[in-house]
Amino acid sequence: MEWLSEFGAIAAMQGFNGLSVFCVLLLMALGLAIIFGQMGVINMAHGEFLTIGAYTTYLLSSLVQTWCPWMQPYYFFFAIALSFVVAGAVGWVVEWVMISRLYHRPLDTLLATWGLSLVMQQAFRSIFGAREVSANPPEWLMGAVNLTDAIEIPRNGLFVMGLTVLMTGGIFLMLYRTRWGLHVRATVQNRIMSRAVGINTRKVDRMTFALGCGVAGVAGAAFTTIGSTGPTAGSLYIVDTFLVVVFGGAASLFGTIASAFAIAQTQSLSEFFMSGSMAKVLTLSIVILILLMRPQGLFSSKVRK
Amino acid sequence: MNALNKMLGGRQGVVGLLILATLILVVFPLTLDAFRLNMVGKYLTYAFVAVGLVLCWGYGGILSLGQGVFFGLGGYCMAMFLKLEASDPESTKIQSTPGIPDFMDWNQITELPWLWAPFHSFTFTVMAVIVLPVLLALIIGVALFRRRVGDVYFSIVTQAIALILTVLIIGQQGLTGGINGITDLKTLLGWDIRSDSAKLLLYFINAGLLFGCILFGKFILHSKLGRLLMAMRDKEERVRFSGYDVAAFKVFVYCVAACFSAIGGAMFALQVGFMSPSFVGIVPSIEMVIFAAVGGRMSLLGAVYGSLLVNYGKTYFSESFPELWLYLMGGLFITVVMYFPNGLAGLWESHGRQWLSGLKRKPAPLVASPAPVITPTPAPAEKKAASPLEIQP
Amino acid sequence: MTSPTGFQMNKPVLAIEGLTVSFDGFKAVDDLNLYIDRNEVRVVIGPNGAGKTTVLDLICGKTRATGGSIQFNDRELTKMNEYDIVRAGVGRKFQTPSIYDNLSVFENLEMSFPAGRSVFGALFFKRTQAVLDRVNQVAADIFLADLLQQQAGLLSHGQKQWLEIGMLLMQDPELLMLDEPVAGMSVSERAQTADLLNRISQGRSVLVIEHDMEFVKSIAHKVTVLHQGKVLAEGSMESVQNNPKVIEVYLGH
Repeated sequence: MEWLSEFGAIAAMQGFNGLSVFCVLLLMALGLAIIFGQMGVINMAHGEFLTIGAYTTYLLSSLVQTWCPWMQPYYFFFAIALSFVVAGAVGWVVEWVMISRLYHRPLDTLLATWGLSLVMQQAFRSIFGAREVSANPPEWLMGAVNLTDAIEIPRNGLFVMGLTVLMTGGIFLMLYRTRWGLHVRATVQNRIMSRAVGINTRKVDRMTFALGCGVAGVAGAAFTTIGSTGPTAGSLYIVDTFLVVVFGGAASLFGTIASAFAIAQTQSLSEFFMSGSMAKVLTLSIVILILLMRPQGLFSSKVRK
Repeated sequence: MNALNKMLGGRQGVVGLLILATLILVVFPLTLDAFRLNMVGKYLTYAFVAVGLVLCWGYGGILSLGQGVFFGLGGYCMAMFLKLEASDPESTKIQSTPGIPDFMDWNQITELPWLWAPFHSFTFTVMAVIVLPVLLALIIGVALFRRRVGDVYFSIVTQAIALILTVLIIGQQGLTGGINGITDLKTLLGWDIRSDSAKLLLYFINAGLLFGCILFGKFILHSKLGRLLMAMRDKEERVRFSGYDVAAFKVFVYCVAACFSAIGGAMFALQVGFMSPSFVGIVPSIEMVIFAAVGGRMSLLGAVYGSLLVNYGKTYFSESFPELWLYLMGGLFITVVMYFPNGLAGLWESHGRQWLSGLKRKPAPLVASPAPVITPTPAPAEKKAASPLEIQP
Repeated sequence: MTSPTGFQMNKPVLAIEGLTVSFDGFKAVDDLNLYIDRNEVRVVIGPNGAGKTTVLDLICGKTRATGGSIQFNDRELTKMNEYDIVRAGVGRKFQTPSIYDNLSVFENLEMSFPAGRSVFGALFFKRTQAVLDRVNQVAADIFLADLLQQQAGLLSHGQKQWLEIGMLLMQDPELLMLDEPVAGMSVSERAQTADLLNRISQGRSVLVIEHDMEFVKSIAHKVTVLHQGKVLAEGSMESVQNNPKVIEVYLGH
């Protein structure tokens, strides 16, 4: 019986590991689901907005450490808010200067934002250096909670999970319970009609894009508690994140959550049996195979055209 | 003869082709030293991919972000053959298992994997270079186009496939040489491909194959199939309800692009002497798109100029100002897409030609153009109209 | 008159029975029966949202039926590919003119010539005398003989409508379906179109959706009124116009 409980403990921790991966994926994908799912814009620089959030948190952490160490336990909450604002503001400018000129040309948007991601990565490298940096997480985020003797759950994982739940709930409420959300959904369904009934669709677009980027910024802040930040930290996730959104069925928030969960769990469970890279190959291959058979994704609705 | 002339795009087209041929077959070999010429040869292998992208992206509206997959498959097939030839028992006798590629020996592999065995045969290799990538493109194309996935989905899926293949190649070190790839390729059927004379010959073979691909591309664009591709970009539904199997045409042009890329990859392995995953993944694949975009997504010849220019820029800047290169590359993506969607060919159409005819000061017939937009329509009246460059949503 | 017209001496060219399609529970077409005879010109009218265009979509395979059958010359269309349906002899014009703006009128017509429809067929397609003759003949029919080399995008709205009809004629379909062929046309263009339809309906059946009652009168052999996805009335123009249920639907709301 000894080995059984040990096996159970490992399985539980591996499962929790999968949950952490799920949270980062989902936080990234939420922003993308808003931008891609609602607006149909492909933002290949989405990962760089995560990096912006991570660097913002890192900067704030260093500032706090130098100037007011007593803030150390609390600064992280400001960091999350600041990451949201900074990434959102950059997103706002990007939409204004670039994206707004490329609506109706989705493939060109894809290429242009790829160019933007190259520029941003090089900018990070010029400003922060090529080496990875890490923020100092507050002390209450360190260590682990011991559920039983064998099962240890890391606190940062728990925190990220809580943050993910909060963000998901918040976005859901904003999209489906506020007037702004109504405008976004109306604009998605019929841009011309929305304009005709007095919705400022340009403003809606800009705010939606900025919000999506801001959420990526929060993902970046959360990311600093798990790993260190380099100039290409965000771009590593971009393809996975797009797959999550596409796999879930682009316009469905629920689909995004379900697919992030499925992909993260497949990845971390298969890591049980094979090397990390092969687990990734397997996971991505399964997703691609399912997409080849069901290209509209897991959740989609039939509409009269 | 007349039909051939038409296919090449009339007098303009022939002159444009001749200028490019002179540049590649005469000017470069005469002016560049062996090292630089080999470098141009390497750039020209990317031009295969770019020419394929003009067909499938520019005309077919299909943006594949995974052309590196086909370039890589072609390249790896060729590299596997060359590696086996370089790993004869005599020259690998210091290994614990002689007769297998060195990296396998380093990875404690004691027997040649079954996957490698057929690559002892040159005939098989040449066939595999073409057949494997086309087969993969066929599977992807049939699966996706039959179900009418949108342009964007297609791009994302192809990109993910590029990622999968890269991770797979890097992960399976013993089978593929991992991140270093397959290196130290020496001879082709006993012929030393590292010598200057061999490199010169390979350069000309490469250029010949490239012109073959361009001519085939012109043939496609000049046929009814070329007009159908344009018609599909205009009104896909109308084409479908005129009795055409739209998906089949997309699959075809995607397979052609895959085949071109694979030839480029194989020639890369031959000329550069190695193959590695850094030519397979997401980044190289999307860079190849920018070659086509800079040259002009609707111009087969433009794609060649685009590949040469961007790669020359890349080599120059990453040698002299490595910091600046990514800014420039990123800037290039943004500027070309936002302000010059027709690339160099489009600029030439709108400015260069006028300038040149002003220079000549005669009411001359049409002047030579280094990068004309290919117009598959025969009637002169439609020439201007034949470059619709907006991508449909 | 809600029931179908009953038995004909000849078998109908198109027999729709029990046709239903629902979008997330909403039935756009509901248990529809419709029969079209050979050489008949049938006009379908009905208020907006009655399901007229959806019926055409179902026939040509653009939308898949939830239930029921569509028999065209004894072939079941509901399970066929769009392009096979076209090749079987069904041509369809869309509501907004759907032509290739960047090709010439000639090429637009040539594109619909029923040869070289496979990939390799298209690759090796030759512009033979037969193609030229057919294009010239159709162009004359649709009043565009002088504009063959014109870029199609530069045609007037009415000319685009004709061009699309011409593209269908190139296929020589047994059943021609036209969705609002005179929308946006001037009075004289309407008259010309009516004349065109009467000419081209020789030897084939035509199914037209139209709102313009004058135009309907000038072409229809028989009229079907659709309402909420069902046949409300069917018969001659006169009988339909005097049908109290039809008047109710058109004026009642």
